[in-house]
Amino acid sequence: MALLGLAGALSVVITVGIVVALLLPALDFFREVNVWDFLSGTRWAPRFSNPDFGVLPLITGTLWTTALALLVAVPVGLGAAIYLAEYASPRVRKVFKPALEVLAGIPSVVYGYFALAFVAPVLLEKIMRIELGTFSVLAAGLVLGIMIIPTVASLSEDALSAVPQALRQGSLALGANRMRTTLRVVFPAAISGIAASIVLGLSRAVGETMIVALAAGNQARMVDGATQDGQTMTGFIAQTATGESTPGTLGYNTLFAVGLLLFTVTLLINMISIRLVRRFREAY
Amino acid sequence: MNFYSTRTTDHDTGRDPGDTDLSTSSATSSATANEAFSREDHGLAKPLGSSVRHEHWPHVPAEPIAVIECDDVDIYYGDFRAVSAVTMAYGFNEITALIGPSGCGKSTVLRSLNRMNDLIPGARVTGKISYHGDDMYGPEVDAIEVRRRIGMVFQKPNPFPKSIYANIAYGPKVTGMRVSNMDDVVEEALTRAALWDEVKDKLKESAYGLSGGQQQRLCIARTIAVKPEVILMDEPCSALDPIATQRIEDLMSELRQDYTIIIVTHNMQQAARVADRTAFFTAKPSEDTGDRTGLLVEYDVTSKMFSNPSDKRTEDYISGRFG
Repeated sequence: MALLGLAGALSVVITVGIVVALLLPALDFFREVNVWDFLSGTRWAPRFSNPDFGVLPLITGTLWTTALALLVAVPVGLGAAIYLAEYASPRVRKVFKPALEVLAGIPSVVYGYFALAFVAPVLLEKIMRIELGTFSVLAAGLVLGIMIIPTVASLSEDALSAVPQALRQGSLALGANRMRTTLRVVFPAAISGIAASIVLGLSRAVGETMIVALAAGNQARMVDGATQDGQTMTGFIAQTATGESTPGTLGYNTLFAVGLLLFTVTLLINMISIRLVRRFREAY
Repeated sequence: MNFYSTRTTDHDTGRDPGDTDLSTSSATSSATANEAFSREDHGLAKPLGSSVRHEHWPHVPAEPIAVIECDDVDIYYGDFRAVSAVTMAYGFNEITALIGPSGCGKSTVLRSLNRMNDLIPGARVTGKISYHGDDMYGPEVDAIEVRRRIGMVFQKPNPFPKSIYANIAYGPKVTGMRVSNMDDVVEEALTRAALWDEVKDKLKESAYGLSGGQQQRLCIARTIAVKPEVILMDEPCSALDPIATQRIEDLMSELRQDYTIIIVTHNMQQAARVADRTAFFTAKPSEDTGDRTGLLVEYDVTSKMFSNPSDKRTEDYISGRFG
């Protein structure tokens, strides 16, 4: 009992610790850089001799990769979930679900390399004839999407499977076909679980580091097209954290400012989605 | 008003084609109301009606005028034969009760009558089940269409997690019924299911806020809204208290004027109270496999079944000696 309580307390302590560790250097940062300049500036050059701390370039990088990832993961993930939950025979499901979970277990650095070595040069440039540089938010976003498909598909499938059989029967007994039953009864009944799966996928896409660090590029710039390269918030942190930043310097504190922003964004996404789900769910 | 006019729906004469439009549902006389709720707009091959007259009404005719017929029907789940050699006809605008001990296959038989069994992997039917003479399991028959004409109410109320209004509107919407005013359809279905007065002020509220009995009447209303000809009920009152049960029974007696109703019930008194005809099933271990297979013991007019059954097993069951 005491041990279990300790384990529970530990996770809370660690969370609080992370927030504090994030907050303190970030506050130091904002003592030197105006918050508004930070949030609205369009030039990110923290290590230049005349530095600029406008974080918008990093935000656009994250927005592009995340949006592209969702564009891939939501339709494919939900399609797979609906197929598995409503149409697949038990035998097919037995093969498919573990396969999805294997996809979830691939280390993200492998995905990153896959984006860099195959998706960008072969799939996008050679086969689809899209002109790209070595780095692009397109390649990074697509692979990011592939990475979060299992998250969306697996959790959505659980949510769909949890909808009582009686609701399906009720709909079918009225003469509705299976597709209508799925889309108009089962799907709305499972919407809170489905939304949760998408939000979790979204949070993972926002927070994912290796893929974007490898494939999106490391030049922080305002991204306004999918074929451009750019740096994301996580990409910047990864790149800079490996360097020789001295603790206490402005360059070092920059990391924490971006980290705090990332943390806030993820938190906001979670809160907004909880609100939305409460508003639209059909509880059974 | 006499019984003949309410009980007989003339499909061939005296109907304005435009009458099938749902806007006529606010008809004043019950005869016209019946017409608005007739099954003609399903495009049924040849519905019963024009030639049907129950000369002995309110007495039940000796032989049912068949809407659905089972001819030597066996039902299997995989290799397991759940029901064997059922031959019986379900009468037009009658209430037929299927009774018998647990495991006698009565629910299985009921589910086969609108192909709900199709949804159970491995379930199959041999012999012939026909609807107005057409093989319901024929290769060209669409199970979806069968279920639209033969609706089903389940043991546990299963309203959708939507508003009361949306629960009723769902069926007409997804089956592509042409509806000029959905509000009218909802009102009429709820009225016919004796629920309108209780819910008319909270149509937009969740159906889950209703009591069990109200939910079950909502499910009946939802079924009525797609204008079926037959309503199957699988122990519709088993999850309800006695008062709610009585309301459903009253409702069934009323609906029977326009619908053929087939009900599975564990409650013999219920069968005696509401059913025109009663079928008694029992289960017996088969010689070849030892599986308990359901079979039809006796099928007759309810009053005879309960007063003077011909089979000893029926008598034993009804008098409470087993099951």
